[in-house]
Amino acid sequence: MYNIESKNVDFFYGASQALKNINIAIKPNTVTALIGPSGCGKSTYLRLFNRMNDLIDNTKISGQVLIDGEDIYAKGVNVDSLRKKVGMVFQKPNPFPKTIFENVAYGLRVNGITDKKFIEERVETTIKQVVLWDEVKDKLKKSAFELSGGQQQRLCIARALAIQPSVVLMDEPTSALDPISTAKVEELIYELKTKYTIVIVTHNMQQAGRVSDTTAFFYMGELIEHDTTKTIFTNPKIERTQNYITGRFG
Amino acid sequence: MELVDENKLAKNKKRNQAIAFWIFRILSYAVVAILFVILSFIIIKGFSVISWDFITKMPEEGMTKGGIFPAIIGTLCLVGGSMLFAFPVGVFAAIYMNEYVKAGIIKKIIKQMTNNLAGIPSIVFGLFGMSLFVNKLGFGDSLLAGSLTLGLLALPVVIRITEEALKSVDNTFRQASLGLGASKWETTRRVVLPIAFPNIITGLILSIGRVSGETAPILFTVAAYFLPKLPTSIFDQAMALPYHLYVISTSGTNIEESRPIAYGTALVLIFIVLIANLLANGLRKYFGKKVKMN
Repeated sequence: MYNIESKNVDFFYGASQALKNINIAIKPNTVTALIGPSGCGKSTYLRLFNRMNDLIDNTKISGQVLIDGEDIYAKGVNVDSLRKKVGMVFQKPNPFPKTIFENVAYGLRVNGITDKKFIEERVETTIKQVVLWDEVKDKLKKSAFELSGGQQQRLCIARALAIQPSVVLMDEPTSALDPISTAKVEELIYELKTKYTIVIVTHNMQQAGRVSDTTAFFYMGELIEHDTTKTIFTNPKIERTQNYITGRFG
Repeated sequence: MELVDENKLAKNKKRNQAIAFWIFRILSYAVVAILFVILSFIIIKGFSVISWDFITKMPEEGMTKGGIFPAIIGTLCLVGGSMLFAFPVGVFAAIYMNEYVKAGIIKKIIKQMTNNLAGIPSIVFGLFGMSLFVNKLGFGDSLLAGSLTLGLLALPVVIRITEEALKSVDNTFRQASLGLGASKWETTRRVVLPIAFPNIITGLILSIGRVSGETAPILFTVAAYFLPKLPTSIFDQAMALPYHLYVISTSGTNIEESRPIAYGTALVLIFIVLIANLLANGLRKYFGKKVKMN
């Protein structure tokens, strides 16, 4: 059983085709890295899974994207509940202009949860989950902007996890972080795998190698190769993948 | 042989840069100087008539003596009334345009129309206000008609300011909120607006500065030539500072004698705008700290 599947997916920005016939199947509780040069379509592909591309005008998709076997682009799909199931973390840490506590509670509140005790407990367990609790437990009522970049990014991960999604999408989550913060986030990704299916876009080859189970290489809107990370990095079947991995182009 | 004489090149570069910067410097100083001259002119001429009586008393003896109290109150009422109309309408229109309408022909039309609205001369607004609010809707010459007309004038400014403020909110904030299952309205209300708020409020207060100085739109809709009493309802006529200034400078009972009052009126008007600007600055700082971007 796959957690995420895409079948013959084409995607267009206006008249230009950004994704060409993408077929990928992702198992639950794995980390999948999407790699490829800028503009290859990997971020666009990532954003299909929570229908974030809906926000861009004049786009078109064909083919099927299934999450837990359900076609998320079918008619009558409730996009809000889909997004509850599929969390997202962005390139730059982007906590809301609210307190640390309210940032994590936000997802619960917009999903209609009002029980104060429940919210408090969930916020605490989630912040503990991202290993941030000891650093922020005394300043939950302070603005999230007072945290460092790395702490902010972990808070953003907590924000996404608080509503207990089954899939977490990460769009270059460490590209704005220093090496130490990056290491912490990578460690976190590794641990989160036990509970979530993670899809991560990254430009950092070493990162893909360190955190992911499978890696998908995109080039010019096409999926060139998708295999276990080990195979992609040591013994890719396609020469273009090899060239990219080894830095001969890109 | 060397292709370029390094020394000469460096010298030329330096000279050209110096010339360019001097031109910029002189021009920017000129702007400051002009403002300074205008302000000091008004202050020197007007300061002598400013007194507690001047700002709290009714005009007397054919507006050559006494104060300008009703004009001050009239202007404040008009500013308040016009903003009461223009703020909500403009802010909501901007939210709709920036957050909801998809790119396309409709958005283009709305945008173009707001821009066109901004380009209409203020006297045309006055004429329109007279025919619609004063005559057609039967408000008569009144604070209501004047406020609505001024509000219409301020509308495109308010819309544009709000739109700019909303646009400056990074899109990933919206995506993060929507990504958690929030609706567009929740996202706008709980995330986007709080971030954009300091810029919106500043812009709005700056637009007050513009509205308070407008003469043409109130000419046919509310302004009274001479009315030594305060308005008691929104259907009353009122005096207003810019119009009062115009009247005593062009068609007063004794233009020469009321000249100092004209400068005093101008000074008060400038002072009101100045206060609005300072307030805008203070609020921006206050809310900016509260929101704490970066």
